[in-house]
Amino acid sequence: MTEPLLQVRALRKSFGALAVTDDVSLSVTEGELHAIIGPNGAGKTTLISQLSGQLAPDSGTILYDGAPITRLDMAARVRRGLARSFQITALLPGMSVLENVSLAVQARSGSSYRFWRPVADDAALSQEAMQALDEVGLADRAHRPARALSHGEQRQLELAVALATKPRLLLLDEPLAGTGGQEAEVLISLMRRLKDRLTIVLIEHDMGAVFALADRVSVLVYGQIAASGTPGDIRADPKVRAAYLGEEEEGTPDA
Amino acid sequence: MNLRPRLIAALAIFVGMALVPPVAAALGDPFLTVIASRMLVFAIAALSLDLILGYGAMVSFGHAAYVGVGAYAVAIGARFGVTDLLAQMALGALMSAAFALVTGAISLRTRGVYFIMITLAFAQMAFFFFVSQSSLGGDDGVALTARSTLLSTDVLESDIAFFYTILAVLVLCYGGLYRLTNARFGRVLTGTRENPLRMQAIGYRPFPYQLTAYVIAACIASVAGVLLANQTEYVSPAYMAWSRSGELIVMLVLGGIGTLTGAMAGALITVGLEHTFAAWSEHWRLGFGLLLVLVVLFSPDGITGLLKRLGVGPRHD
Ligand SMILES: Nc1ncnc2c1ncn2[C@@H]1O[C@H](COP(=O)(O)OP(=O)(O)O)[C@@H](O)[C@H]1O
Ligand SMILES: [Mg+2]
Repeated sequence: MTEPLLQVRALRKSFGALAVTDDVSLSVTEGELHAIIGPNGAGKTTLISQLSGQLAPDSGTILYDGAPITRLDMAARVRRGLARSFQITALLPGMSVLENVSLAVQARSGSSYRFWRPVADDAALSQEAMQALDEVGLADRAHRPARALSHGEQRQLELAVALATKPRLLLLDEPLAGTGGQEAEVLISLMRRLKDRLTIVLIEHDMGAVFALADRVSVLVYGQIAASGTPGDIRADPKVRAAYLGEEEEGTPDA
Repeated sequence: MNLRPRLIAALAIFVGMALVPPVAAALGDPFLTVIASRMLVFAIAALSLDLILGYGAMVSFGHAAYVGVGAYAVAIGARFGVTDLLAQMALGALMSAAFALVTGAISLRTRGVYFIMITLAFAQMAFFFFVSQSSLGGDDGVALTARSTLLSTDVLESDIAFFYTILAVLVLCYGGLYRLTNARFGRVLTGTRENPLRMQAIGYRPFPYQLTAYVIAACIASVAGVLLANQTEYVSPAYMAWSRSGELIVMLVLGGIGTLTGAMAGALITVGLEHTFAAWSEHWRLGFGLLLVLVVLFSPDGITGLLKRLGVGPRHD
């Protein structure tokens, strides 16, 4: 058996008295799509933030590709191939769609201490950025300011930016949040394609999407992993049905 | 790609200003050139502040300190026999860079209103340092015996030659900053202004870029200071008073924060109005304050934003 790409061991994080990540252990094998589901406030975003380096855990270890990355900052983790998308869209609103993506390409291709040559003339940067835009279906929006995109398009751009960092492990925090119908379809089929070449940790409220895409599912409740297994196992687990799936049918998905 | 409108607007400013000395001669009013020199000096200072405040979203309330350090580089240089303008600029830039590197590294640990306060505090430190230097005239400052030399000549004693020298420096600073802001470095700076978290999430550490910009801006401000000392033939701590830092911010607000052309326009208009109206009434600042309120209310992007809306001005860079 090969070593998992991502291994989380006994991770803990509290905000004051509230244990938001409560002894979480998790492993993600290279190539799998590992979904994390759980009710609002379960600590899913907080977990992703610790994996990506935005938040420091109180204790515990994160191993990536066999090496501990717990003390590395976000930039260092991105350079090792660990990228995230944000639940609440975090783009560069005043810059163009293309610039949003090409800045991610620029971050991993050569020095940014270049003061003279116009970045717009850098064909290599724009070309790679256009590829990422093409992949998510935003190529025709390249020169719009990011803030002018529709909500669904901004979700697509979130993905394009994460892809442009050339990740090996992609952490997606509710990529479908706030999208509907057609928009969600586009993103789901994109994830289906990405899943063939990347390892993905997916947080998602849309159970249809989760059960269609995931190889494994972990259920997070009150900061603890309540269950972990194949989509079939999870669907059948009575604890999960009571704690989460039943609740979901009455249905208040995350905003 | 067509020449960008903002580039054309900047060119118009340069050409317009270049015409001042002949017009002044035709009108028989050489003082016009003197005022225009002052306008250009502050345009350089405003450009440098715009790099950090407009492009970098680092609201420094102590930028005048670097102008002042440049001015003192002239007085200090002259004392040690360094009278050449370029050498004094190098000295001023070196002193400013050292001060900016240390204080910037500390200030950039803070955000928002704390950054404003700490840059103000460091500028006050510089202010009181020079106030306490009795050998440099202390509080009163020190008069220069002559303008700086330029390549061992005293051409700068001519107001007209001095004017065109300042204009040349302004054009160089504008050109350099135009390139910088459109190059890789500038994109990282602007991206960090837009969303620092996003920049980290794609692999950047903003701090060294911000600090680099802070130091570059300080160096350019000190170049303006070297020219200011020569323009007034006087150096005093008043150049780094906190109110001077405030005036530089006002220039940006008036012209349009985050556009180089706007920064220059704001400085030219502010200094121009100051001289026009100060002669009429002591209360001109009240009117200027009113103008500023109107600009902020109706055109948050300053004059540049106003022209853009009328379809003639520079696009937001
Ligand atoms: N920075 C913070 N400070 C204090 N409490 C926080 C912070 N971030 C999240 N929380 C709390 O932690 C809990 C988990 O939040 P989150 O990870 O966003 O959950 P989820 O993504 O599963 O909906 C919530 O109760 C939330 O209010
Ligand atoms: Mg969440």
